Amino acid sequence: MTPPRSALDLAAAIRNGEASAVEVLDDYLAVIDAHDGEIHAFNLVTRDAARAQATAIDQRVASGEHPGLLAGVPVALKDNLCTRGVPTTCSSRILDGWRPPYDATVVTRLREAGAVMVGKTNMDEFAMGSSTESSAFGPTRNPHDTSRVPGGSSGGSAAAVAAGFAPVALGSDTGGSIRQPAALCGVVGMKPTYGTVSRYGLVAFASSLDQIGPLTTTVADAALVFDVIGGHDPADSTSLDRPAPRVLSVLDEGIQGMTVGVLTEFLEDADADVVARTRQAAEACAAAGARVEEISVPEVRLGLSAYYLIAPAEASSNLARYDGVRFGLRVDAEDTTAMNTATRSVGFGAEVKRRIMLGTYALSAGYMDAYYGQALRVRTKIIEGFARAYRRCDVLLGPTTPSTAFSIGAKVGDPMTMYLSDVCTIPTNLAGHPAISIPFGSGDDGLPVGVQLLAPALAENTLLRAAAVIEAAAASMGGSRS
Amino acid sequence: MTDGWVMVIGLEVHCELKTTTKLFCGCPNMFGNEPNTNVCPVCLGLPGSLPVLNQKAVELAMAIGTALNCDIRPSTFHRKNYFYPDQAKDYQISQYDEPINVDGWLELPDGFRVGIERAHMEEDTGKTTHVGATGRIHGADYSLVDYNRSGVPLVEIVSDPDLRTSAQARAYVTELRSVLVATGASDGKMEEGSMRVDANVSVRRSADDPFGTRCEIKNLNSVRSVGRAIDYEAGRQIALIESGDRVMQQTRHWDEDAGRTVTLRSKEDAYDYRYFLEPDLVPLVPDADWKAAVADALGMMPAQRRARLADLLSDAGSVTDARTEQVATVVDLGLDDLVVEAIAGGIPTALALARTANEAATDPEAARQLDTGSYVALLSMEAAGTLSATQAKTVLAELLAAGGGDPSAIAREKGFEAMSDNSLSATVAQAIEGNPDEWARYCAGEDKLAQVFIGQVMKSTRGQANGKAVVTELQRLRG
Amino acid sequence: MDTPRLTRDDVAHVAGLARLHLTDEELDLFTGQLAVVLDHAADVALLDLADVPPTAHAMAVTNVLRPDTPGLTVDRAEVLAAAPSVEDHRFRVPRILGEAP
Repeated sequence: MTPPRSALDLAAAIRNGEASAVEVLDDYLAVIDAHDGEIHAFNLVTRDAARAQATAIDQRVASGEHPGLLAGVPVALKDNLCTRGVPTTCSSRILDGWRPPYDATVVTRLREAGAVMVGKTNMDEFAMGSSTESSAFGPTRNPHDTSRVPGGSSGGSAAAVAAGFAPVALGSDTGGSIRQPAALCGVVGMKPTYGTVSRYGLVAFASSLDQIGPLTTTVADAALVFDVIGGHDPADSTSLDRPAPRVLSVLDEGIQGMTVGVLTEFLEDADADVVARTRQAAEACAAAGARVEEISVPEVRLGLSAYYLIAPAEASSNLARYDGVRFGLRVDAEDTTAMNTATRSVGFGAEVKRRIMLGTYALSAGYMDAYYGQALRVRTKIIEGFARAYRRCDVLLGPTTPSTAFSIGAKVGDPMTMYLSDVCTIPTNLAGHPAISIPFGSGDDGLPVGVQLLAPALAENTLLRAAAVIEAAAASMGGSRS
Repeated sequence: MTDGWVMVIGLEVHCELKTTTKLFCGCPNMFGNEPNTNVCPVCLGLPGSLPVLNQKAVELAMAIGTALNCDIRPSTFHRKNYFYPDQAKDYQISQYDEPINVDGWLELPDGFRVGIERAHMEEDTGKTTHVGATGRIHGADYSLVDYNRSGVPLVEIVSDPDLRTSAQARAYVTELRSVLVATGASDGKMEEGSMRVDANVSVRRSADDPFGTRCEIKNLNSVRSVGRAIDYEAGRQIALIESGDRVMQQTRHWDEDAGRTVTLRSKEDAYDYRYFLEPDLVPLVPDADWKAAVADALGMMPAQRRARLADLLSDAGSVTDARTEQVATVVDLGLDDLVVEAIAGGIPTALALARTANEAATDPEAARQLDTGSYVALLSMEAAGTLSATQAKTVLAELLAAGGGDPSAIAREKGFEAMSDNSLSATVAQAIEGNPDEWARYCAGEDKLAQVFIGQVMKSTRGQANGKAVVTELQRLRG
Repeated sequence: MDTPRLTRDDVAHVAGLARLHLTDEELDLFTGQLAVVLDHAADVALLDLADVPPTAHAMAVTNVLRPDTPGLTVDRAEVLAAAPSVEDHRFRVPRILGEAP
């Protein structure tokens, strides 16, 4: 039997006994076995643990218990989410073999909701990258064209969902690391409001920007997973103390009477085919009863520069702990300073070193105010710009990425060009706002295009209602998935 | 040594807070456990872990600020970035440009006010043991790190450069220690590292000159070493200047055994800490209600407690320098409540103070636990002459050892109450019989000869008699 | 605010602060690459934002505290098993060159 593709349907079928969690898992594992050799979405497939979890779910169903909203749904986890006793590498040599003594809060919540963890997905090393090429374990390939990158940094998670290795994956999004690969792989990727999903157990890249979110095949699944993993966590001081999200239940309410602003700055940066898809998505919103207008938020143009000062600055500090003392790799040397240096020089790849140095420089004496301090002021300007737009609009619409998936190797030698592929996703991270990428047709090259919706802080309900409208339009257009 | 020179001293005191758990995680804040047992992902700096601020630590910091007359302000935490193996995350979370307490003062017992620049929160490091022939960092073969202390809450109290002598610096540390104990924030155990002092010292030829170049001295772990190190360092600086040299701005280490300071590093080696706001924590903004609640919960501070006893002494008309010393002693040891209770129970002020400062103070730990009822009962017996001073001290030792008890029962056990009025009269009569000349002179008005009879009575009673009672009996017989 | 162009010496200094060893080739490569990023950031550095307050946290939250009650510690054996070198239940490191800064 071919399992139903959406997590929502799968969980329902497993709960009411139409499907068994073990059979569903085996079907997915068979797809992984057949294709992950080529795609390399996973750093690790946790076959035995997954089977044990699936068996337990089936037993709970058999004994009449409610096994949870994600009962038996296979979930792939980005390899920067801590899993107790299971290697968590951040696709870095420096963490090779490290087994955390604890689970990330999101991992606990998924398990409590009955999800079955199938493995840890490949990523750009420490989530620094836009192509999954900076992984120490080799790149992930785009399932739509294996000569192309899947995007990044959650490239393994996006490819896993696109290739049918799992209906749900979790990623982390610091400057677009969920939405950009989701767009390039033709899946749904959501970055929730900063503080709505606990970061406890997410290996930090840039703490004030990092946020965990779902990659799924449908908007409803994104809502479902957000409802499961969201909500206050006392272990994360930046976790917002408010009721757990209930987005799934409002998805069908439509966007009649909403105002959708098409963000002109994002259009200016994008290729013509991507712009065309974005305009079609805008028309779909209008057809669904929304008022559509173009809106300019000039401040977002400053986002990229501010981001490439703030994120590396925080990262330079967050990554100091990889020193060869308590865990992970150690390269021996005569004294502790030399040991730290040798360990880090061998353990980190070039992109991580670049960002650590950029951040160290931005924070160092003499440059702190000109770079880091100034970037934080720009952040204020971006938030003000969005606030102005949201006085007129309920959501903003634009492309997720300026272009479709690029070829493996195309941008590796030119960091700045690589960084520019995040230009449409970064501003929401700086503002802390939610955003989602929805697959919407394909580009001239036949590769997936993602359109992005942005909403004010905590407006996930509005965001996902609009996303559902665009998803429906894409489906009626055909070819939203290849 | 320092003739013609003036010292300028500022002190930085690190105080470990007496919380149940660490500053940012739920691990026990406990001294002396097996290495690496009080640890979790947060205080080990494991990837993915996040800090959450301990409310009690904040309240103790606020209590310290209140006791030091500081403004308690909205505050933030920063990361101080430097690599060191005892620093689990390779950065320390510390308050930086927005500390919780600023602009306070501490009044020393002599009335001198020392300005407090700030008192801010930060986390402690782990503990490193150096393995090798020397047992010290230099010459060690390798080192071992225990993270039990990693993340223990500290408050760093930074004084203004207001202190001018080593004696004043010692007085400041002593008084600050008493204040920290009184707030409940610290156990004040310098020997266990609960309080660690760094001193900034400079010298100048006259109080009108600008400040000289200062050196920071680290590793001052007792009040005594604070004084010694400052005197040594001032002497070193004066000798340098007098020989035509310059003082270089340095961080220096106090070597207690050698009695000298040695260079740790110079200003040129100043580390670039790359401070920035800790993104994993949010601002701390205590409101007026919270501040008031902390202030209300605060007991009396040592200065107020000294004033309370001084008032009682003055009421009794028994102020002397020696008694003022005794007041300082009982307050410092936290025994002033015993004195106040005793006075309230009708004990003469001087006696209550003397017994507490001299005898109870020999075991302050036990004295603080002592049942005040037993203490007052004992002093009443001594005041009434039922027990001699010597007997009262013996009974007190018993009470302290047992944590309380019935003093008259203890006195009976010791056979002290056998010394009844009748037997005292008989003993005094014997002493008079044996010294007729002295008795005649005593009757003629030579009061000091009472000592002869007291001596005789003490001798024959092996010190069990009450001297005052003997005098009373002599006066009665003289008529 | 004007910012000077990044030099090879700057990169070497920063690598030292960050405990990274760079080969001569890496120094040259990174100096060029980082200078491009910083040049791009010059638009930010040049803005007059003196009156704009900085935003370090996107969501304005204050006073997040936990009660002073014990939480779970991690089993020592599990912690030490992850360490590269252990002796006497402590983390072993090569000799340390100086006191903490």
